[in-house]
Amino acid sequence: MLHSESFVTPDGRTIGPTVMEMKNITLRFGGVVAIKDISFDIREGEIRAIIGPNGAGKSSMLNVVSGFYNPQEGEVWYKGAKRPPMKPYQVARQGIARTFQNIALFEGMSVLDNVMTGRLNHMTSGIFSQALWWGKAEREEVANREAVEKVIDFLEIQHIRKTPVARLPYGLKKRVELARALAAEPKILLLDEPMAGMNVEEKEDMSRFILSVNDEFGTTIALIEHDMGVVMDLSDRVVVMDYGKKIGDGTPDEVRGNQAVIDAYLGVAHD
Amino acid sequence: MFYREAGDFKTSYAKDSQTFPIKFDRWRYYLVLAVAFLVIPFIINDYWANAVFLPFLIYAIAAIGLNILTGYAGQVSLGTGGFMAVGAYATYKLTTAFPDINIAIHIFLAGGITAAVVTLFGLPSLRIKGFYLAVATLAAQFFLVWLFNKVSWFYNYSASGQINMPEREVFGVLVTGPNTQAWATYLFCLVFVVFAGVVARNMTRGSLGRRWMSIRDMDIAAEIIGVNPLTAKLSAFAISGFFVGISGALFFSVYLGAVEVGEAFGINKSFLVLFMIIIGGLGSIFGSFAGAAFMVLLPVLLKNVLVGGMGWDTALAAHLEFVIVGALIIIFLIAEPHGLAQLWRVAKEKLRLWPFPH
Repeated sequence: MLHSESFVTPDGRTIGPTVMEMKNITLRFGGVVAIKDISFDIREGEIRAIIGPNGAGKSSMLNVVSGFYNPQEGEVWYKGAKRPPMKPYQVARQGIARTFQNIALFEGMSVLDNVMTGRLNHMTSGIFSQALWWGKAEREEVANREAVEKVIDFLEIQHIRKTPVARLPYGLKKRVELARALAAEPKILLLDEPMAGMNVEEKEDMSRFILSVNDEFGTTIALIEHDMGVVMDLSDRVVVMDYGKKIGDGTPDEVRGNQAVIDAYLGVAHD
Repeated sequence: MFYREAGDFKTSYAKDSQTFPIKFDRWRYYLVLAVAFLVIPFIINDYWANAVFLPFLIYAIAAIGLNILTGYAGQVSLGTGGFMAVGAYATYKLTTAFPDINIAIHIFLAGGITAAVVTLFGLPSLRIKGFYLAVATLAAQFFLVWLFNKVSWFYNYSASGQINMPEREVFGVLVTGPNTQAWATYLFCLVFVVFAGVVARNMTRGSLGRRWMSIRDMDIAAEIIGVNPLTAKLSAFAISGFFVGISGALFFSVYLGAVEVGEAFGINKSFLVLFMIIIGGLGSIFGSFAGAAFMVLLPVLLKNVLVGGMGWDTALAAHLEFVIVGALIIIFLIAEPHGLAQLWRVAKEKLRLWPFPH
């Protein structure tokens, strides 16, 4: 299942070899089996979707990838090496950023400060330099501010730069959260329902941002989404989950034709 | 009219992220500094120093310390009194053991020792939050007071159980002991206050401050974006402890001169400093100053009005003072739960548009 070769998609993007692989992941909460023996891989530069009905274990899967849950069984391979059990902040330092289903912004801070928190892993100045605001601390602040301003420009949120996050409407909060994740310059970006609760125009905007992030920065994206139209249009490959098990994996067209997937979504007649 | 950001173009990110981005604010800040350093020392007398300026300055440092921990990093602490006692006793032990070393250095060292102690008591914060952490720090408060009472090594086996500050000089001027002059003690404390204010502001506006605030606002998200909760929380405890320790050291050495730990650094002190930052504004350096000023000045003001102005009996006024201050705090918190700092922010936002709000 491991891919080692690269290829170019019809729309001109390069999809590289496997960058992350989940091998036989099983996650239990007490007696409840949230994820059962799931394996799939994520290739460099692709947009990988995880779909499934409610309670299928999609968010749990994302939490395993981002290190929030450690699975009881199975292995996570990242960049060709097996990843030992890690704390979420260590995973973040390896270049994996994510957004949340329920927005998890820092409400007490401005948009700019929120996006700047995404750069924290790039900021290493010592406590004395910061206390005096001199030398490395100041240089680092300016350099990271420049990187953050690029993300702010890219996501078109310049006008709310200094607004406290608590004052923003829902759609913009989602975008700020994406900005925070992008500011970290992640290798893999995990998006947990980036379009939940949005209207059509907001969804179009968000889709545009996701595609251009992937296109311009070459960021690998794994996303969970319920809107089938969006999923089928955006993603290169789709994993389908149901009741913690993988029932389909492939290109959108392959998945669409898969009988197990159709059964999971539309139900089957019990005779 | 003068309070405008229009026309004041920032051409670099460094200028945009400075402490006072608006020119008027910047000049006001320089003016306050100039008055504090160049005017007040010449007109200050013993009454003003002891009733107003020294307690205000020293509590401001404690409030900055607690605000870093509670206001910025979101870790509630009820141990401030005990932590101030650590600073006080550390200064006492250091200056009696090494009398030749400058007292200012001892006070800094006392801050460092307090930082270490507070970090130790901050360890439970990695497992517990909110009220439960408050109770854990409350235990620290009682433990520390008990420790300084019981172990006579801390007060050099003196018969009274008190610690007394010997006379110490800085640049040939007495700053501690009974024979100090008002301007000297005032300036000595002011230097520490300015240091604390500038350092706290620098730390809170940079990456360290963002780490703290991210833990405060949503610790799970903070961890996912790469903030190590262990170092973020413990650094907040350490830096908070450093300032609280300096404040306790000054409170003992410069302000009181003689201390009995249960009286000077009891649980009341913890609550007093906590009230200061709640009234002043959580997560604001200005709020720390405003809260300290409110809690120090209000009783003095009331006393002057009631006894001096209206000719009331001193004892009656002293009791009514508690009632009035308490009522004012409640009214104030209902009217503006985010404290004086929020009032200040709102006033500034309005001023930016005044006199043409549309």
